[in-house]
Amino acid sequence: MAYSKKVVDKFENTINEPAKYNVGRFDPKDMDIGTGMVGAPACGDVMKLQIKCERQGNTHIIKDVKFKTYGCGSAIASSSELVEMLLGKTLEEAKEIKNIDIVEALELPPIKIHCSVLAEDSIKQAIEDYEQKQ
Amino acid sequence: MDTNINLPIYLDYASTTPVDPRVAQKISDHLTLDGNFGNPASRSHKFGWKAEEAVEEARSHVANLVGCDPREIVWTSGATEANNLAIKGIANFYQAKGKHIITSKIEHKAVLDACRQLEREGFEVTYLDPTEGGLITASLIDSAVRDDTVLISIMHINNELGTVNNLHEIGSYAREKGIFFHVDAAQSTGKVEINLSELPVDLMSFSAHKTYGPKGIGALFVSRKPRVRIEAQIHGGGHERGMRSGTLPTHQIVGMGEAFRIAKEEMFADRKKIQAFHEKFYSSVSKIEEIYVNGDLENKVSNILNISFAYVEGESLIMALKDIAVSSGSACTSASLEPSYVLRALGRKDELASSSIRFSFGRFTTDEDIDYTLSLINHAVERLRELSPLWEMYLDGIDLDTVDWQTH
Repeated sequence: MAYSKKVVDKFENTINEPAKYNVGRFDPKDMDIGTGMVGAPACGDVMKLQIKCERQGNTHIIKDVKFKTYGCGSAIASSSELVEMLLGKTLEEAKEIKNIDIVEALELPPIKIHCSVLAEDSIKQAIEDYEQKQ
Repeated sequence: MDTNINLPIYLDYASTTPVDPRVAQKISDHLTLDGNFGNPASRSHKFGWKAEEAVEEARSHVANLVGCDPREIVWTSGATEANNLAIKGIANFYQAKGKHIITSKIEHKAVLDACRQLEREGFEVTYLDPTEGGLITASLIDSAVRDDTVLISIMHINNELGTVNNLHEIGSYAREKGIFFHVDAAQSTGKVEINLSELPVDLMSFSAHKTYGPKGIGALFVSRKPRVRIEAQIHGGGHERGMRSGTLPTHQIVGMGEAFRIAKEEMFADRKKIQAFHEKFYSSVSKIEEIYVNGDLENKVSNILNISFAYVEGESLIMALKDIAVSSGSACTSASLEPSYVLRALGRKDELASSSIRFSFGRFTTDEDIDYTLSLINHAVERLRELSPLWEMYLDGIDLDTVDWQTH
């Protein structure tokens, strides 16, 4: 499988500097945290995404993000890419992020599109979890 | 880390081996006008006679390594063709005797796909489940045998696991039942001794490129005592006593002969060196938490080591080991996203199957290669586990089987 340089770089940077690339965890019970976990071990990928939000006026801003991903190189790169897109966005803006944005940013090969779909699902779920707590 | 090392490191010898420089020299002596380039089938001049002589010398080297008569060796384009010729050749020739074939789920695709083709032609095939350790035994075969079973095709050494089947046991059973026994021995030559003058085996497939010979050449052993007959699959000239037509590729054949001659001479030394690598590798990797060796360690060659690193996905591990050439049990790197059918047949869960990597060592592997690889593995597994939500759950004491996963 020939990955684009973007996928390879993203993957390598993420595993070599996990802290800088937001690898980690928040306590899922905290009220300002929304957690999404999608995928299954048997399918070869599981993404866990957590957003830390802050109320600003009528909206909520994503102040911090943590993630962990089990999966192939492009699954890891896709979650890492998503994390970067999310930082500083309002929840409304975050909901607008589509898998195709990740596909384009990383130049994912067609056979790996499902990685970007999984990433999109993880943010939807994390936002839902956060909104239920409010 | 050691900077005095040649990267990338090749640890995929079970996939193919580099040609030994002595073999390469022999090959190049049989190509050009000033070399031995003739057609071995040319009876009317010295060019043909000399080429035939070289082919027959090579045939003797192959026969000598596996303990058979040179007249029992048929050249083919590789083990895939040898497997096809053996299985379809027996099935077609003896179909009046029976139309049932027994093989296993962990055979190479060359055997499995040949059997699938025969199924389309009206044969019935039983695909045996191996033991948890990846072995096929006579008693497993006995449970599937029928009155119309005509052929048993079982590999000697499994290419993904390195597990070694007991050919004596299976062959004796087959003889007792009067069933032909074919063995795919593509992974065996130069690794373990084979003595066909004593083994109850009717047909055996060989490959040159797994034993430091060139790609595109292999051989099929067809027993003369007892006499085994096969129907040719390729027609046109009646070469190889009618079993396989086509002008013999002298340069590839002498390459295979030379590779097998060297294998006979150096098998003991190669094996000793590789056993030491295996020991070092295994004792280091086994210190990592939650790793599983696939295949029975007690019945395994030391040049292949297949390990599942739980909670780390195989393709990402291969990417993290970017200077190391290995194969993944998960076929995520190829067009399909299925975990290895061999590991699944052992009963490994999908996630363990897709966390597996096959390391295979060879003649040109060095101690430095092993040391470098080991340090890289430790580093990569640690990093990827830090990134793995499954590892986090494992550390938190969560049983992953009880989680309600959202499959997609």
